[in-house]
Amino acid sequence: MSPTMSDRYLRAFGETLTMVGVSVAIAISVGLVLALALVVTAPGGLNPKPRFNKALSVLVNVFRAVPFIILLVALLPFTRILVGTTLGIWAACVPLSIHLIAFYTRIAQVSLNEVDHGLIEAAQAMGFRRRHIVRHVILPEALPGIVGGMTVCVIAMINSSAMAGAVGAGGLGDLAIRYGYERYETQVLFEIIAILIVLVTSVQFGGEWLARRVDHRR
Amino acid sequence: MPPNPALSAPVAPDPEPAAPHITFEAIRKVYPGGVQALHAVSFSIPRGGVFGIIGRSGAGKSTLLRSINMLERPSGGRVLIDGTDVGALDEEALMRLRRRIGMIFQHFNLLSAKTVRENVGLPLKVAGVPAAEVRRRVDELLDLVGIADKADVYPTKLSGGQKQRVGIARALVHRPDILLCDEATSALDPETTHAILGLLRDINAALGLTIVLITHDMAVIRAICDEVLVLDQGHAVERGPVWKVFGAPKGEATRALLRPLQHGLPDDLARRLQPEPPRHGGHAILALRFTGETHPEGLSLASLLSLAPDAKLLHGGIDRIQGHAQGDLLVAVPAAALRSAAGRSFSPDSIKVLGYVADDV
Repeated sequence: MSPTMSDRYLRAFGETLTMVGVSVAIAISVGLVLALALVVTAPGGLNPKPRFNKALSVLVNVFRAVPFIILLVALLPFTRILVGTTLGIWAACVPLSIHLIAFYTRIAQVSLNEVDHGLIEAAQAMGFRRRHIVRHVILPEALPGIVGGMTVCVIAMINSSAMAGAVGAGGLGDLAIRYGYERYETQVLFEIIAILIVLVTSVQFGGEWLARRVDHRR
Repeated sequence: MPPNPALSAPVAPDPEPAAPHITFEAIRKVYPGGVQALHAVSFSIPRGGVFGIIGRSGAGKSTLLRSINMLERPSGGRVLIDGTDVGALDEEALMRLRRRIGMIFQHFNLLSAKTVRENVGLPLKVAGVPAAEVRRRVDELLDLVGIADKADVYPTKLSGGQKQRVGIARALVHRPDILLCDEATSALDPETTHAILGLLRDINAALGLTIVLITHDMAVIRAICDEVLVLDQGHAVERGPVWKVFGAPKGEATRALLRPLQHGLPDDLARRLQPEPPRHGGHAILALRFTGETHPEGLSLASLLSLAPDAKLLHGGIDRIQGHAQGDLLVAVPAAALRSAAGRSFSPDSIKVLGYVADDV
């Protein structure tokens, strides 16, 4: 019994959500930590460590520089060590996460850097420890930007996950290529585009709503 | 006013009345790139007063203020608080000292993501004070600064004056001995400035803490300071009780800073002024200056009339600063009467004939 087309859509939708959800969760937690490390150790930061800062920055750039589809292939041996296979959605999560960690690090870094230096100075003057400044000043003040960055990140991830079909990971993008492009079923292609538009729009509006909720500056 | 519990906080006993609270010893600051912000500035700040540091922008006053709590480390020299060298403290000791020094800022620097109550309570919270005690202390302070009704709003909903009140409450939360004010009223309108300066004066009187403020506005100095230091391009130009510096400014920078508050020669008179008395009639224009030194109690009107019975007051003003009456007056006397005026009992601290006008003034 061959699966119906609507089964294929559901399955592909589930695969896309899984890849995006897992990779975004990993990328945002690791990316935020790296962004904090970059901001805190920067010259003039809370704990300047110029050499560490430089090294970390170069490392992030390395992963930022490589196009996703190439990263996907280049990381195959690493993926095999980590998840035991190079095929399927779990294998795709590895390059997706790594690609997105580098991306989100830079986005979060911008938000963290935008925190008014006067606030940090005031906290220092009041005898805050460094970890208190990070926890009570830098992170809460940068939160609207951090949340806004997550929205950008989720949408970028929905895009990149389409390429994960190259490692047999499935997902909406993969369905569109196999049926819409390779079998000339134009209708499938357009239906998937419509689904992606709805998905991206919902993520965008949801993200904007959340960012407004945490922003007390207006 | 009923006694306010927050105001009856214990005041640290004065170890020795004459000992200065804060001492600056040859403080220098050179920024990378070679710009020298401070040139070996030495002075001391007595305990319990309001001490003003004034200067134009770039004079180094902000750098000097930030050397007290080491937000900016000087390139040379020492800052002593109660005899302790602040620059030699390790991180832990410096953090404890900073909790004894409150600071307020021109742009308030309140956390936008926290309510008024959370902003004021945060310094206690991170110092490990129990929540119930934080709440009690915050309520006390919000009451003291007069914004108890705004406890649960976010700072963005507050006016500038209200934000600075929150800033003051936050600065006092650790019961500091010193309060640093970094251009605290420069972003406020005149009416709010007046109210905030009044609050600072009350706090100084009630809590007995030492207030150090920096400003570019002599009116702020006149309103609340006991002593003033004038900085110009990184040099301390003069220092003394406010009435003395206002009455007899020595430095050029001091005079320039005082000019907006003084009564100069009005333009219409300046145009008509001539150096020699007219052949017949005419008036002499005299500039009288009172430094507050010789007539601290005020100026007798009878003595003014003794210059000439029909002397006219043209322009000027007398301010009472720290109990010393001082200021400048422009007076017109008939040119004929001027000759006989010499040797009268009337003696301003300086009297100068600016010139003559031909006809009536």
